[in-house]
Amino acid sequence: MSNLTILERPWPLLLLLTLATLGCQNHSPSPTETRATAEQNASAGAGLATADQSADLYDALGKRDGIERLVEDLMHFIVDDKRIAPQFKGLNVERFHSNLSDQICELAGGPCQYEGMAMTESHHGITETQFNALVEDLILAMEKNGIATGTQNRLLAKLAPLHPAIVDR
Amino acid sequence: MIQPYARQLRACGLLVVIVLITQAQAQAQPGSRLWATGGVTTVEGSAGGGLVPWALLSGYASDTEWGGTLALSRAELDDFTLGFTGVSLNWRNRFELSAGRQTLDLDTLGAALGQDELRQDIYGLKVRLTGDVLYGRYGQWSLGLQHKRNREFAVPAAVGARHDTGTDAFLAGSKLFFAALMNRNVLANVTLRGTKANQGGLLGFGGDQGDDYEAMLEASLGIFLDRRWLAGVEYRQKPDNLGFAEEHDWYDLFLVWLPDRRLAVTAAWVNLGDIAGLSDQRGAYLSLQGSF
Ligand code: HEM
Repeated sequence: MSNLTILERPWPLLLLLTLATLGCQNHSPSPTETRATAEQNASAGAGLATADQSADLYDALGKRDGIERLVEDLMHFIVDDKRIAPQFKGLNVERFHSNLSDQICELAGGPCQYEGMAMTESHHGITETQFNALVEDLILAMEKNGIATGTQNRLLAKLAPLHPAIVDR
Repeated sequence: MIQPYARQLRACGLLVVIVLITQAQAQAQPGSRLWATGGVTTVEGSAGGGLVPWALLSGYASDTEWGGTLALSRAELDDFTLGFTGVSLNWRNRFELSAGRQTLDLDTLGAALGQDELRQDIYGLKVRLTGDVLYGRYGQWSLGLQHKRNREFAVPAAVGARHDTGTDAFLAGSKLFFAALMNRNVLANVTLRGTKANQGGLLGFGGDQGDDYEAMLEASLGIFLDRRWLAGVEYRQKPDNLGFAEEHDWYDLFLVWLPDRRLAVTAAWVNLGDIAGLSDQRGAYLSLQGSF
């Protein structure tokens, strides 16, 4: 009975198809995305139009300087965040700042190489609550730095796959 | 005469509570999950959109927290008014419990039927089986139950409904795709529901044309314009068990505004199709949700 109804009304199937298309889009940059980011990044020269899109994520974050400012603000938010501040007690602040800046820079397609510990080594017993808290602080830090919503989302897309290595299960 | 007045008072009371919650202690946040990852409250009390329950659990509690929501919703259709008032609790982003009252004011049919409204109580349970809407490779999957009890059964019985109570079961999957469309985050949801409910249960369960559980597909797709605005569309397939009038699938277009975690305001355009022989019931939907 219900199968018939599904065939008579193509709506849900259309939605599922859209879904599948979106799923694929997530893995390879689509022409639309490349166009949108080129528009967003008015300073991008003609050469960049053909560059792979993660390189202009680095530019959109304000290059190395912008990323370092972002990480510094993130660290301020962390210190003020009761949910996670205790975890960072006794942290080597300079090392953390330079390693996290390297990591974000590299993920964004910038000319950096992360040389710190593997995520599974530097993180132990981290809960979902703490992970969510840190991502919230990151978003607030990005907002404070005037980073556009689309750029924020692209960085989050690069960081989300690290979740299984960071959160304890 | 006293009935609708008392209900209005109750609704106002709840509105005051929602506003109080949202104003209370500017510092206190309801939980740690990111903005909008609890969805909003559906017309049946489970977390989701407006018409379709999603795999998301209500409110903002993460794995070491608990929380919940209060909600007040209303859809003004051509010949009916659909209302819902309810509460939900979320324990550690694992279990969601909900309870609420749904009403359908028979604005046009009331005089002919000698009854102002149909009411049912809905108790819901949702369990997150696996995954996470943001970080799960395959998104987040939840199993849900909605137990519904008609408070007035004279009208449903008269039009052929078999039972005054019923339980829907559903499996829902939700996933957020980061930067998926014009660098905006896209939230997709698919729900498969087993149900006997007529018009969601307001017209009872089962009928002269069928009294078996049927599988219904529901889906929604939303896009975050930024972290405070979510726009989207929903579709809900429905059974057709009553011979006296045809029952149609439901659709809506919605816009959610979340100034912060404590408050969500949902506006929608809904199309509930024919209801009890009155055709093309469309209208505006407004829902307020407070989270704690
Ligand atoms: C997207 C999420 C996260 C990313 C990308 C990230 C990244 C990093 C990086 C790059 C380091 C430096 C490692 C090194 O110096 O070798 C680090 C260290 C650290 N992270 Fe995270 N982290 C994340 C989430 C968290 C969370 C949720 C917590 C806990 C609340 C946390 C606590 C720490 C601590 C305490 C250290 C210092 C480890 C040490 O120096 O011994 N991190 N993280």
